[in-house]
Amino acid sequence: MSKKSINGAEALIKCLENKGVEYIFGYPGGAAIPIFDALVDSKIKLILTRHEQGATHMADGYARATGKVGVVLVTSGPGATNTVTGIFTAQMDSVPMLVLTGQTITPALGKDAFQEADVFGITAPLVKHSYLVKNPNDIPRVVEESFYIASTGRPGPVLIDLPKDITSAVCTAALTNSEMDLPGYSLPKDPTDAELDAFAAVFKGSKKPLLLIGHGAVISRAAKEVKQLAELLCAPVTTTILAKGIFPEDHELSLGFLGMHGTAYANMAVSECDLIFSIGSRWDDRITPAKIERFCPTAKKLHIDIDPAEINKILVPDASIVGDAKAILKRLIPRLKPLKTQDWIDTVVRNKKRYPLKYKIHGGLHAQHVLSEMNELTNGNAIVTTDVGQHQMWAAQFFNFNLPDRWLTSGGAGTMGFGFPSAIGAQFGCPNDVVVAVVGDGGFQMTECELSTAAIHKLPIKILIIDNKYLGMVRQWQELFYDDRLSGVDLVGNPDFVKLGEAYGIKGFRIKRPADVKRILKRALDYNEGPCIIHAEVVKEGNVFPMIPAGGAASDMVIEAPKRKMEKPQGST
Amino acid sequence: MLQINSSDSHTISLLVANKPGVLLRIALVFSRRGFNIESLVVSPTQDGRFSRMTISANGNPSALEQIVKQCSKLIDVVQALEHSDAEAVECELGLIKVNIEKERRQELLVILDHFKAETIDITQDSVIFRMTGTGLQFDTLMAMLSEFKVAEVVRTGKIVMARGRELT
Repeated sequence: MSKKSINGAEALIKCLENKGVEYIFGYPGGAAIPIFDALVDSKIKLILTRHEQGATHMADGYARATGKVGVVLVTSGPGATNTVTGIFTAQMDSVPMLVLTGQTITPALGKDAFQEADVFGITAPLVKHSYLVKNPNDIPRVVEESFYIASTGRPGPVLIDLPKDITSAVCTAALTNSEMDLPGYSLPKDPTDAELDAFAAVFKGSKKPLLLIGHGAVISRAAKEVKQLAELLCAPVTTTILAKGIFPEDHELSLGFLGMHGTAYANMAVSECDLIFSIGSRWDDRITPAKIERFCPTAKKLHIDIDPAEINKILVPDASIVGDAKAILKRLIPRLKPLKTQDWIDTVVRNKKRYPLKYKIHGGLHAQHVLSEMNELTNGNAIVTTDVGQHQMWAAQFFNFNLPDRWLTSGGAGTMGFGFPSAIGAQFGCPNDVVVAVVGDGGFQMTECELSTAAIHKLPIKILIIDNKYLGMVRQWQELFYDDRLSGVDLVGNPDFVKLGEAYGIKGFRIKRPADVKRILKRALDYNEGPCIIHAEVVKEGNVFPMIPAGGAASDMVIEAPKRKMEKPQGST
Repeated sequence: MLQINSSDSHTISLLVANKPGVLLRIALVFSRRGFNIESLVVSPTQDGRFSRMTISANGNPSALEQIVKQCSKLIDVVQALEHSDAEAVECELGLIKVNIEKERRQELLVILDHFKAETIDITQDSVIFRMTGTGLQFDTLMAMLSEFKVAEVVRTGKIVMARGRELT
């Protein structure tokens, strides 16, 4: 042959290079060997993980921290099914991700071949889109479309299932400028002036407005516009847990995050406002009651979202616009005038002072104390990832951010095991940032095998393990709502996490006494030769407050531990 | 803006990419919200890259609005709409087999003639005929046939088309 022909796998990797992919997080297997083979000659860095779930959360953390598409490569069958949790996590929080799965050869599809699973079918409800490639010449177009779909509109995961005979066969298609064929995919049209005028008119006369900012505003990079809007209207701002930092949390108008374990003053503002404007939040059940008519009952509701399917899904707003938050705010702001909100601002500021988030420094080591000190020491500059549970809520309460993209947490899916691998991905994407993984003893043990991955690459991640030797959030529910009948929550037999780290050659620190918190955290932050574990052994039975029992309205909030037994909540979880 | 009729009976017309897997994705949207699909008709359009799907389902209008939006959101769906009776014509085709003695055959044929149903197979003790019409016409016919021994009914499910020059 005069010209060197390339196979499907080589075409795939070339296309990924052309898309600017720096890292692939992956784990090999038989059906994916041609693709791993093509990576040998590529400038893309392959990060070998220790489990496929870890690979997906790393790609997710990388994507959330950088805004770029995170790429995962695994084999067929169990390799692919192990990515399901990570795909679901990315889908629920609108994270751009590309998952490449090896597959058995096309003649064997559907015949129960070795390591053959119907990955297209299994993942169909969890992806933004997916492909099963049956012709090597389709690969350049499929990659082009996948990146476009994953990263535009409301972002999300895209999966490409790649049979081994297809990645091994010759690909003759051009690798650049592939024409996309997506007649069913379009981005929302710009709203008309009349629509914006009508939307702006709803603000008129509001005395108690509240801005509710969601992850959509973070994805749209609308921080500047959100601040302009809040200051123009003189309106307080609360955010969903995912949008922490989109508005400076040290700003007078900031109420922090709202919802089940949000700040008391944010939830009070929800109860009392006369207008609530959601920008890229989806009125999720962590922030709205099961009986939706109990949500801001007397307030006008306004909603902008890039996803038309979010409009009218949970509630029917007084006005709505479909589109990109930043673009809409830029055109909406000139149409708005300052509102007379001084009394309202006085009220919310008074509530901030009267009902601050607080914790104990004495009577044993408290998680909130450790997290609050870590926040002071990192000063809102670190990238903080979390797992799911009590430590996540405490971290959300006691870390403050003035920038978006610093706070990475699994919100919609609530995936335990997310915190540590997502920190690895974030550290790869942002090598010059301090990255702190705040994890519980439960969630960390789900993906702790990635200690190898962090150690090998000498990533200076601070793994802060909040160890209360319980699955604390479930224990809290059992204590409050199920007569303290503890079931399946006792993590007796936890390892000594410092020794566990040692086995991987990882530096360890231990915090047992309140007096040691600051000193030891400082030492850990000064250690940058590789990852370190900070094992914080906290009191076993701390509870997270404030709390709105699941399904309840903001007015059902319990600010401090109740004296009397609480009724079982109506909401699902 | 999306129009959804206020009754519990709905017919949605979808223009979709003619590719494997599209039906799976659409079926998932319906099943996730607990909607039972009453009938489903799929065939290629005059442009072979696309298929037309017509889905009839029962359920409350607000849930249906979500389902239509979720279907529209699928990358392979070009358009998803519900057409009201005023805006669209509907039609469905069915094959009906009646087991019948010679003595009553004439009585049956009179009824079929009224409904313009066409006999396509006759044996000594059975008749198969083809019926086209609206859902209402089918229901009326079936009521009339209740005094005969209806052995089998196979219906294609409803298809709709927008009236006038408007496209479906």
